[in-house]
Amino acid sequence: MRKIPRMILFYVFSTLIVVIWMIPLMVAFFTAFKTMDEIFMLRNFWSIPKTWTVENFKTAWIEGRMQRYFLNTFFVTSVSVIATLFLSSLSAFAISWYKFKLRTAILIIFVAGMLIPFQMLLIPVYRFSVTTGLYDTLFGVILFHIAFQIGFCTFFLRNFMVTIPVSLFEAAKIDGANAFTIYSKIIMPLVKPAVAALSILEFTWIWNDYLWSLILLQSDTKKTVTIGLTALQGQWISSWNVIAAGALLAAIVPVTIFLIFQRYFIEGLTLGSVKG
Amino acid sequence: MKKNKLTPYLFLIAPLCMYSIWVIYPIFQTFVVSFTKWDGMTKMRFIGLENFKRLINDNYFGLSLLNNIKWMIGFVLLSIPLGLIFALLMDQKFPGHKIYKSLVYLPMALSFVVIGQIWSWVLEPTGGIVNAFLKSIGLEQFAKPWLSDPKIVTYSLIAAALWRQIPYAMILFLAGLKNVSKELVEAAIVDGANSTQRFWYVILPALKPAMVIAITVNIIDSLRAFDVVFVMTRGGPFYSSSVMANYMYVQAFHNYRMGYGASIAVVQFGITLGFIIMYLLNVLKKEERD
Repeated sequence: MRKIPRMILFYVFSTLIVVIWMIPLMVAFFTAFKTMDEIFMLRNFWSIPKTWTVENFKTAWIEGRMQRYFLNTFFVTSVSVIATLFLSSLSAFAISWYKFKLRTAILIIFVAGMLIPFQMLLIPVYRFSVTTGLYDTLFGVILFHIAFQIGFCTFFLRNFMVTIPVSLFEAAKIDGANAFTIYSKIIMPLVKPAVAALSILEFTWIWNDYLWSLILLQSDTKKTVTIGLTALQGQWISSWNVIAAGALLAAIVPVTIFLIFQRYFIEGLTLGSVKG
Repeated sequence: MKKNKLTPYLFLIAPLCMYSIWVIYPIFQTFVVSFTKWDGMTKMRFIGLENFKRLINDNYFGLSLLNNIKWMIGFVLLSIPLGLIFALLMDQKFPGHKIYKSLVYLPMALSFVVIGQIWSWVLEPTGGIVNAFLKSIGLEQFAKPWLSDPKIVTYSLIAAALWRQIPYAMILFLAGLKNVSKELVEAAIVDGANSTQRFWYVILPALKPAMVIAITVNIIDSLRAFDVVFVMTRGGPFYSSSVMANYMYVQAFHNYRMGYGASIAVVQFGITLGFIIMYLLNVLKKEERD
């Protein structure tokens, strides 16, 4: 019977936390639906709009060019995620199934790479992009994302692959299957759940990237959503409602994906870091 | 079976090539650039340790480093205990706990650009909710210009970043709580341990691996802080909220001092390296157990 009051206590505390946690989002939400007149008169970002308007979203989408930035980001993110998953599944396969000299060293390099400060890469990657003509192209950003994310993805997929019983691998080998057949016909179907978790995580990260688009892109037509949002902040300085609408637009894709595939997202984060 | 020795390398060629071009080689290049005077366009000039010597006397760099330390302390002291409390609360199966968890996790789906923008409204001096709240409970004297007062701006930025960092710690702890043996908890109950004793003697020791990872991840993240600062204050007012990553960016890409910028990155990397090794050791230790 002592369980019930304890339950209520937990409930009350958790509710309090969640309410506080949601305040910033409510602030953005209310601001996005307000008219400029109301913002100027009251200047309360947190009050419920007296008149709700969707005009701000239209302005951000069309005049603020979020439309364009969306397409760019969608392109960059999907190509990067697919290519990263493919390449890192190859390296994860090699590292988890074969014993070779540099195995541990390569694994360490991949894991360490995902933890280094980005500032260690900024200048050379920028220079490299300029000299190869990749600067200010979406392709240049994509190639960087693929290369950089290979580290985490290899580590992640490898953690799954090593749990597959060796006997499966040996049996296939005795049956005369070559390495690529084992990779594509046996291992990849088995790690599908891991690939799903990883793609959700990677999609969110790459969609939300800011620094690399900032460094590697310049023209307005190439901007990604995050860069576009900061451009919006510069252009529409005091039109907080338009900026708020832009911020919500920038957030809508990763938030939707997160809410639908939350389980994978969380699994991805825990398996990627806690379990070795 | 010579062919077999080659197989893993065949699989590794493409991923390793890309990784080398965009990650490994640049790390070495940054080291080289850090020993030069270079504006990014004209010829590089080798100047030895000159940049690093200058860093020692550079007050703005000192300020940035100090701010990074504040970030580190803030992250560890707040996101670890709060993440743990959140995890312990939401691990209870009360009705709706799944929705609760989703809402707490939600900031992790947002980019720092969006987070920074949202928080600048929360902290806005006249229309922001923080000051409005302080006013409404009669603590008006504590209302502040959170983002323009040099003394507090860094703490405001840390608060915004914690909105995303605490749920992350919570995820790590929730995963850790799954490893707490139910039998051990029940045995403790049979032995008459109260909930505080159970927490200190059963649950907390079982959470140790998750704790170590959460602390190292938080420290590494605090040393990499960039986006929130860049979006909310650009390091200002007058460098008061600058962190190493921002100072590096400003020096290399605004002032065109690529060599000096590289030396800042190298110092930042050097400090982070110890914690990266700690992380690696923890991961590798688990490898051996498998």
